[in-house]
Amino acid sequence: MSVHHMEITGPGDSLITARQAGLLACDRCGRVHDAAALACARCGARLERRDGRSLQQVWAWLLAGIVVYIPANIYPMLRTSTLLDQSESTIVGGAIDLFHHGAYGVALIVFVASIVIPIGKFIAIGYLALSLRRAGFLSAHSRHRLYEVVEFIGRWSMIDVFVVAILSALVQLGSVATINPGIAAVSFALSVAFTMLAAQSFDPKLIWDAGREPS
Amino acid sequence: MENTEHMAEGPDGAPMLACPVCDTLHAEPEVPIDHVALCRRCGHTLAAPRENAMIRILALAVTSSILMIAAVLFPFIDLSAGGLENHTSVLDAVLAFSTGLMIPLSVAVALLIVLIPLARLLAIIYTLWPLARGDRPYPMARDAFRLAERLRPWSMAEIFVVGVAVALVKVAGLASLSLGPAFWAFVALVLVTVLQDNTMCRYTIWKSLDRATA
Repeated sequence: MSVHHMEITGPGDSLITARQAGLLACDRCGRVHDAAALACARCGARLERRDGRSLQQVWAWLLAGIVVYIPANIYPMLRTSTLLDQSESTIVGGAIDLFHHGAYGVALIVFVASIVIPIGKFIAIGYLALSLRRAGFLSAHSRHRLYEVVEFIGRWSMIDVFVVAILSALVQLGSVATINPGIAAVSFALSVAFTMLAAQSFDPKLIWDAGREPS
Repeated sequence: MENTEHMAEGPDGAPMLACPVCDTLHAEPEVPIDHVALCRRCGHTLAAPRENAMIRILALAVTSSILMIAAVLFPFIDLSAGGLENHTSVLDAVLAFSTGLMIPLSVAVALLIVLIPLARLLAIIYTLWPLARGDRPYPMARDAFRLAERLRPWSMAEIFVVGVAVALVKVAGLASLSLGPAFWAFVALVLVTVLQDNTMCRYTIWKSLDRATA
């Protein structure tokens, strides 16, 4: 597929942002408005001014996500009872069990989705928010890439909640084997939702505002 | 629309487009079919129009809606062990958390895997139906399409399917399983959704809405 590059409006060949031009652009559809506009004239979305409110929301959602992630790891995710015994497993415990049963691939999926991705997201969002104040060691391009990865991958953490839901629905065989969800499923789902909201509140334009890279 | 006077134009009166990701200003591009316009600074895809995109997206959205309804109604997975059997539907998976403190989670799961994907599909069909026929858009079509865009990250049917695969591996040793038509409907739904998201050029749809109401 061919790539068609577009002409830029602005003095000479320099890249100019809507903000530098004293204008306000819509996050959703890209329509440009003058600075007094409140809602997008094309799609009706509220126009975001980059005034720091967005960052406060990011921090609030991120902290909430981290706080509820703690009980998600302490309390049981699954309660299994069979004829022989009863057991409760936490998120980490479940992944380790799978590993012992030889299901390495699935153990890896569970481990990545419920441990690596959530913790990686906390660090990545925190880093992105902090890097706006002082120049970090990553360029605006790399931080933008990091933001896109976080946005894309965050929702996949919800996989563990769905696994618990399906297992609890499937394995209801009376006294032979029964699986029930544990309370950690609720706090884990909340943690995923809160970090998704943190990532959505983060305005990637802030990266470029602070970057001021000559391109 | 009451705030049309706030729309800004370029020096020569040409309409402008700002990259939604990095805010860089561009002159609104005329992008030929099967070409891609990328932001000059951050590389974000600004526009990627496809041949007959409206009809194709519409067809895919209608297909997805039918598959979604089939996925909820038909048997999903049957499990048997030690002479005991359990038939599970998608509804049962949703209701797995319906005891005590976890009821809100049941509601959330229903939203994420069935209701939000379905709402998105209906909003897309509502927006594109008149556009594909060359008619004026229905009232609130812009709001419907904006809603579909907002809901996109929360529509998790594809994640649910991978979750099912993981769960099946977990119980495979414990009991024998048979997959019902609803399972395959869900798998097909995910493939169609991916195809639809790849065909959909948001910029083209917004421009078509602009043109159709002008």
